[in-house]
Amino acid sequence: MILRPGINDIKNISYYLGKIIIGLGLTMIIPVIIGLFSQEINPSLDFLISAAITLSIGMILTWASRAKEDLDWMQGMIVVSLSWLAAMLLGALPLYLSGHWKSYLDACFEAMSIFTTTGLVLVQDLDHLSLAHNLWRHLGNFIGGQGIAIVALSFFVKGTSGAFKMYVGEGRDERLLPNVINTARFIWLISIVYLILGTLSLGITGISIGMKPMNAFFHGACIFMAGFDTAGFAPQSQSLLYYHSFLFEIITAAIMVFGILNFNLHYQVWFGKRKEIWKNIETRMFFISLTGLFLIAAIGLDKLGVYPKAVMLFRKGFFQLISGHTTTGYMTVYARQFINEWGNLAMVGLICAMAIGGCSCSTSGGIKILRIGIFLKALKQDIKRIILPERAAVSQMLHHIKDIFLEDRQVRSVLLITLLYIGLYITGAVMGMWFGYPFLDSLFESTSAAANTGLTCGITDAGMPAALKITYMFQMWAGRLEFMSVFVLIGFFIAEIKGR
Amino acid sequence: MMKNIIFTFLFIVAAFCCFCYAEEAVSSAELINNAKQYDGKVVIYKGEVIGDLMMRGEFAWVNVSDGVNAIGIWANKDLVKGIVYTGSYKSKGDRVEVKGVFHRACLEHGGDLDIHADLLRKTDNGVIIGKTIDMAKKKAAFILLGLTGLIMILSRLKKIRRLG
Repeated sequence: MILRPGINDIKNISYYLGKIIIGLGLTMIIPVIIGLFSQEINPSLDFLISAAITLSIGMILTWASRAKEDLDWMQGMIVVSLSWLAAMLLGALPLYLSGHWKSYLDACFEAMSIFTTTGLVLVQDLDHLSLAHNLWRHLGNFIGGQGIAIVALSFFVKGTSGAFKMYVGEGRDERLLPNVINTARFIWLISIVYLILGTLSLGITGISIGMKPMNAFFHGACIFMAGFDTAGFAPQSQSLLYYHSFLFEIITAAIMVFGILNFNLHYQVWFGKRKEIWKNIETRMFFISLTGLFLIAAIGLDKLGVYPKAVMLFRKGFFQLISGHTTTGYMTVYARQFINEWGNLAMVGLICAMAIGGCSCSTSGGIKILRIGIFLKALKQDIKRIILPERAAVSQMLHHIKDIFLEDRQVRSVLLITLLYIGLYITGAVMGMWFGYPFLDSLFESTSAAANTGLTCGITDAGMPAALKITYMFQMWAGRLEFMSVFVLIGFFIAEIKGR
Repeated sequence: MMKNIIFTFLFIVAAFCCFCYAEEAVSSAELINNAKQYDGKVVIYKGEVIGDLMMRGEFAWVNVSDGVNAIGIWANKDLVKGIVYTGSYKSKGDRVEVKGVFHRACLEHGGDLDIHADLLRKTDNGVIIGKTIDMAKKKAAFILLGLTGLIMILSRLKKIRRLG
């Protein structure tokens, strides 16, 4: 028997959802200030209108439904999944009002891509977009990278166990500090320190390559926010090709790698445990996977003679592979070059890199390296069980912040999530083929959307079918939240209809 | 004799001009989709200058957009002297016509797809875009902000009444 959710469930969900929406509305004030400062009046009005609507909705929700209890698991998960949908619908408002998106659906697609730090875009004439709107796109990356619900709660809520449920609901389950709110605040601290350092280094590099100082620092801040949060958005339509600078690419690559490291690992390193970098299963697996997949891509590129010099092959191939593996999606080649020039082998290398993704408890998407590491350890354990005498006790250990004995429960959870990701990649690819795109193109774009990468081979375009846009939006959402919150939301609606 | 020389000279000049300017410009999509075919060939490309003019010693990078894609143009700094406006939110950039060698994967620039300009001429002047305030948006903003303020006050009053 399915139990229908009670009025208290709905009140609790509405209250916390309202709080998160108020948080979103308040962040819209930042582009208003930037817009007024740079004398962009109409863009400032776009954000004022959107902020007013967002704040009103948030206040009505909290007003109408005062929470009496802390969130339980179901409510926490639903708040998270709904807050991402609300962020998409409301975050799209200023984008749509700017006139740079052909439809509200396109603006929603972009907003979902922004908050899930994917990087697929449908913006028109990006090179003439206002600073305020450009800032919103990158600020959204920064907020989405940390997690919308947890960002709002780290400012509005003082110590609540419900916050932990939302933290888990946003695809993270590692606490750096005993209190999840303090964990969220520490994540903010890390991100802001890196933001300052990253903006400075990119800004100075920008000036050295001939950009105007103000522009250089604005681009530096934008590229940092989108790079560290593995979103891959850029203020210009050419992505990183705009800068024509190897140094700029190296710094951006370093920022992307910093972004995919587990926040727990950052915490350990910040407090002096530097050896953890070399001992941790995730960093080891990332190095092995990056090297292996680069070799595959490099062989593919070399066989076709795409880049006549080894230095060029390394610069283009390695950068694109890091960009894919970190699920950032910055491009130093044009979208159609992947299809027309890179060939199948290099494309497969890149697709695998995107599918695996970065570290757990980071801003990256994809299956996650930790899961691949656990899967391989479990495989090793099973092989040992077969080889060794039946009476031998076989145990497998892995090092992730501390030494952990591998349990069947962990392996089951890893395999479940991995299979769900593979299913999501395939579903998007089938949808792409349904609309007439070739297999490899469809798989590339689908993996990019579901792993929140943002590399494109040219399918993502304002002219693509609306059903495919909605498919990619769902993939971005489900991929970012690592499924559970989405399933709970679906279950909630079923219970509401069929429950007693 | 003199007449023949002048006639021949004029004919050569006219032929040269025709060669230079009668060639059709190639679009960015055409170049990117058929990069191997155009690699190393002289092409004509037209578009709007966008973003920063990035000076690099005796040369400069100019990003030129034809409305679909933007392509990097590597040009001698003397060629870009005449560029005044570059495309951004506040301005429409100068429109230029570039004649130069197209590279699918430039040996000099780490494999970038670019054009090394031999000629670059401005075809249209850019302009500062005067933005008038959208009155409908202004009205909507005022009404909605008023509504937000009202909800905020009502919400506060409800809280005070409950606590009181």
